[in-house]
Amino acid sequence: MDEFCGWCGKSTGEGEHGACASRLGLVDPPRFCSACARRMVVQVTPAGWSARCSRHGESTSEQATD
Amino acid sequence: MTAAPQTAAADTDPRDVLSIAREQVLERGEGLSEEQVLRVLQLPEDRLEELLALAHEVRMRWCGPEVEVEGIVSLKTGGCPEDCHFCSQSGQFPSPVRSAWLDIPGLVRAAKQTAATGATEFCIVAAVRGPDKRLLSQVRSGIEAIRAEPETSDINIACSLGMLTQDQVDELADMGVHRYNHNLETAKSHFPEVVTTHSWEERWDTLRMVRDAGMEVCCGGIIGMGETLAQRAEFAVQLAALEPDEVPLNFLIPNPGTPYENYPVVEGVEALRTVAAFRLALPRTILRFAGGRELTFGDLGAKQGMLGGINAIIVGNYLTNLGRPAVQDLEMLDELSMPIKALNQTL
Ligand code: SF4
Ligand SMILES: [Zn+2]
Ligand SMILES: [Zn+2]
Repeated sequence: MDEFCGWCGKSTGEGEHGACASRLGLVDPPRFCSACARRMVVQVTPAGWSARCSRHGESTSEQATD
Repeated sequence: MTAAPQTAAADTDPRDVLSIAREQVLERGEGLSEEQVLRVLQLPEDRLEELLALAHEVRMRWCGPEVEVEGIVSLKTGGCPEDCHFCSQSGQFPSPVRSAWLDIPGLVRAAKQTAATGATEFCIVAAVRGPDKRLLSQVRSGIEAIRAEPETSDINIACSLGMLTQDQVDELADMGVHRYNHNLETAKSHFPEVVTTHSWEERWDTLRMVRDAGMEVCCGGIIGMGETLAQRAEFAVQLAALEPDEVPLNFLIPNPGTPYENYPVVEGVEALRTVAAFRLALPRTILRFAGGRELTFGDLGAKQGMLGGINAIIVGNYLTNLGRPAVQDLEMLDELSMPIKALNQTL
């Protein structure tokens, strides 16, 4: 279970993240690291995205859909 | 004007804007006036189907059945000094979007992803007020690298790099950029509410230079930024006056951290009415579905838009937002029996 919401960066244990999840599924790549909530450097390309946390490294759309 | 008899059928009523549009736009290819576009935007929902059907007829008559498919990529993301209130890439708002540069191999990969969809257009975009030397040299190297790959050697390359000087316009034309995108974004009367760091007129000047240099002009905007219906009509005819080769229509994605983060998403019916109205104002232009359609319409509305005046789409992802997978749009076009415009048709 992710500790932090990739869309709003807040703790997944607190508050409601349904709207965040639907944005993530539809129009947004994750912007916050799920492990530490740092803002990530995100590159969107026509067929995917990659996101890099300075502490936790890179994640990509391919991993996310695995 | 005297009132027509109550018994007159809608299609013979001289006051009915769709009857006027049928004669003026469909038959003669002459776009609607501002006042007429406003009347279209005010049509009740029970006329929507009729409106979309007419816009589709206009598109088929003046543009044909082909659909122009394009992919776009952000070469330089975020950190823009301008304050366009809708934009997640402005450095002036607490947006979660961080600055990023795409390297040349990444740019070539993006061009290949685009070409693989059958797209004829690949647009390189940067979040800047205008390009500096470093950005232009990156664009030049990028274009050379794309041209050197067999899969992408003949794809049309467009750019969107903000406001340009005459020298920069000439440089881009020299690189073989065939179309330049620069959106006026909204009606001239609404623009100062949306952007305070530059003017509508400055944007217009860039567009004029682009046209004069022989590049194709791509200029559109975003619907749903607090403009009135009258301002939407104003915007449509202001675009028509520019005679752009392409008009990309976006629907606002309320992005977190921006001044518009809590704006409502444009409703599907309203968006479709807007699409059709813009087609009736711009019968010959390439009218492209761009960002925001996923939130506004879902899957169903995309098809209705394609049957309501749209004849071009951006496939795949956008700059900072995701689109639906390209294959879904390609399947939709197949289902609608709308052929993808081929490269030789654009030459
Ligand atoms: S100039 Fe472009 S990138 Fe910069 S804030 Fe405006 S829309 Fe965003
Ligand atoms: Zn959240
Ligand atoms: Zn992290």
